[in-house]
Amino acid sequence: MSRPKLAVWKFASCDGCQLTLLNCEDELIPLAGEVEIAYFPEATRAVVEGPYDLSLVEGSITTPGDLERIEQVRRASRRLVTIGACATAGGIQALRDFADVDEFRSIVYAHPEYVETLGQSTPVAAHVPVDFELRGCPIDRGQLLEVLSAEIQGRAPRIPRHSVCFECKRRGTVCVTVAHGTPCLGPVTQAGCGALCPAYERGCYGCFGPQDTPNTASIAARLRRDGMAEDEVLRVFRTFNAGAEAFRRESVRHEAGAGVGRGRKGEP
Amino acid sequence: MNHKLTDGGHVMQVGTLARVEGEGAMHIELRDGRVTDVRLRIYEPPRFYEAFLRGRAWTEPPDITARICGICPVAYQTSACWAIEDACGVAVPEEVRLMRRLLYCGEWIESHALHVFLLHAPDFLGYDGAIEMAADHPDVVETGLRLKKAGNDLMRVVGGRSIHPVNVRVGGFYRMPLAVELQTLRPTLVRALEDAVETVRLVAGFDVPDFEQPYEYVALRAPEGYPIEVGSVVTSSGRSFEVRDFATHVEELHVAHSNALHARLDGGDRGPYVVGPLARYTLNHDRLSPLARQAAADAGLGDTCRNPFRSIVVRAVEIVEAVSEVLRIVDGWTDGAAPSVAVPPRAGEGFGASEAPRGVLFHRYVLDADGLIRDAQIVPPTSQNQAGVEADLRRLVEGWTGLDDHALQHRCEQAIRNYDPCISCATHFLDLTVDRR
Repeated sequence: MSRPKLAVWKFASCDGCQLTLLNCEDELIPLAGEVEIAYFPEATRAVVEGPYDLSLVEGSITTPGDLERIEQVRRASRRLVTIGACATAGGIQALRDFADVDEFRSIVYAHPEYVETLGQSTPVAAHVPVDFELRGCPIDRGQLLEVLSAEIQGRAPRIPRHSVCFECKRRGTVCVTVAHGTPCLGPVTQAGCGALCPAYERGCYGCFGPQDTPNTASIAARLRRDGMAEDEVLRVFRTFNAGAEAFRRESVRHEAGAGVGRGRKGEP
Repeated sequence: MNHKLTDGGHVMQVGTLARVEGEGAMHIELRDGRVTDVRLRIYEPPRFYEAFLRGRAWTEPPDITARICGICPVAYQTSACWAIEDACGVAVPEEVRLMRRLLYCGEWIESHALHVFLLHAPDFLGYDGAIEMAADHPDVVETGLRLKKAGNDLMRVVGGRSIHPVNVRVGGFYRMPLAVELQTLRPTLVRALEDAVETVRLVAGFDVPDFEQPYEYVALRAPEGYPIEVGSVVTSSGRSFEVRDFATHVEELHVAHSNALHARLDGGDRGPYVVGPLARYTLNHDRLSPLARQAAADAGLGDTCRNPFRSIVVRAVEIVEAVSEVLRIVDGWTDGAAPSVAVPPRAGEGFGASEAPRGVLFHRYVLDADGLIRDAQIVPPTSQNQAGVEADLRRLVEGWTGLDDHALQHRCEQAIRNYDPCISCATHFLDLTVDRR
């Protein structure tokens, strides 16, 4: 049987999630024996024609050209897995979705006519069917290897959807909120990073996006009680996964109190 | 892709540049052996960091601007911290500077090893990529991956993770790594130093064309040591200025074919200027540690390096320098220093710069009294090098019209990779024209 063909595609992003693949230093060469790296411009000039058995897609959809290209990628791919907060939630660049149009107009730029862009930054799944979404800003190396193994073996990846709190418990990290009153998004954020921030005496800032049953209103109340102002609460939900539905909704809930914004553009 | 024009001209195009970070293309037009047009076209979509930083809190730029680039997040975090601390009138203690330097060295090792072995070496050894190269040169690829991993391991210990580290904050770190944690890295680092010296030897043997270029070099220079996390600006024509004056010396121009701004120094009176390893080495050769200086001498490098095709050798020397620095800092580290100092906000403007693996990275922020960002400006190295890359391509094509199309195209791609362009970095700051659907 021939090896499955792997392709890696990039849209609007920082390159960090596809770099995660190259950061699998111990696994990279063995992996290249298991799959045929058929399209991965960051790593090789060689291009093997599609169709591809598995496409990894990094980045969000932000230009008119992207809209066409993601359709082509989908057509050329038997399985399509999106990797990272940009591809799964629109990324930090989705902050444009909340911007006041008048404010944007007031920003002076030299030659805007040279630049092509859409008004929103959207996840891949908003445009084409996606077979699996791997979250994180950036994705976790171990989780990427699990997804690749699962795809090669034709099984479902074992990626937990529960909160970061489970990982703190497993790691033996004392709760930073309980012990020190440090604001932490751990209870509403999906596990996967290994609960890094609390291990570095910092509250989780939500870079893996919402867990599967996030009680964001409860966490927001706690943040307010611990001394955060409304505009600060709004901002903690509005970072790398600002476009993820649970975080988006919670941030919008604090707009009136913060005296900013009008929700997502296009909404009444 | 190459094709003839009806007027006898000739066009060479590469639609997607491989083995660079981000999305770019190359377009060259020739008529009668003369180059009539050269464009390094950056079509990576803009992400508008400078627009959405407005209204964010003074504490947020280290995390937010890290996301400009997954390959050099620490460069963004460091320049951002200096600039915000400058705006707030806070000086960080020496231990914080040293820990910043340590983390930054990890990034240099990781980024340089990635470029030297996985992105650039295949050009010299004649392969499409490192995976293909591994079949014939497994030891070379293994050395590269081991070095890269050493850099990443260091970043994991100091920063929590290597891509978008979580431990950096304005004023210092959330938690100071302990000497005992740093010492666990020692065996890896000792091996990395041997690997780094071996790497200089390897790449010094690569064939390079004669291609000396006269560009103005711009780099930081620090009170002591090779410039990494901090310094003021110096140039090869003898100019020097403080980081706070960077924006008055460097002008950014928006050109039609690229989503990255071109940069010009002092009105462009000396033509294109270049930042990065060649500039750093030429302007700070005297600051290398003895081992790195010896490695450079053994590789045949003099006090200056003006051939961009030898940038791979300078990068390798800089890996030696970075690993030596890491060992020096790790071995001298004692516990007990405060991880950070308080940085209360105040209204004002602040400036920061550091030496990203690809060259000088400048940040400027204007804060209001509540610490909200009113204005942000970021000048990454790749956009500063864009004009130099295009000038190289022009000279290269005119000098080698005898090469066949295939060879010429490959050499042009290689010339672009000489600068290790990070296109994700270069394309983040244009303001917006909205195409609504």
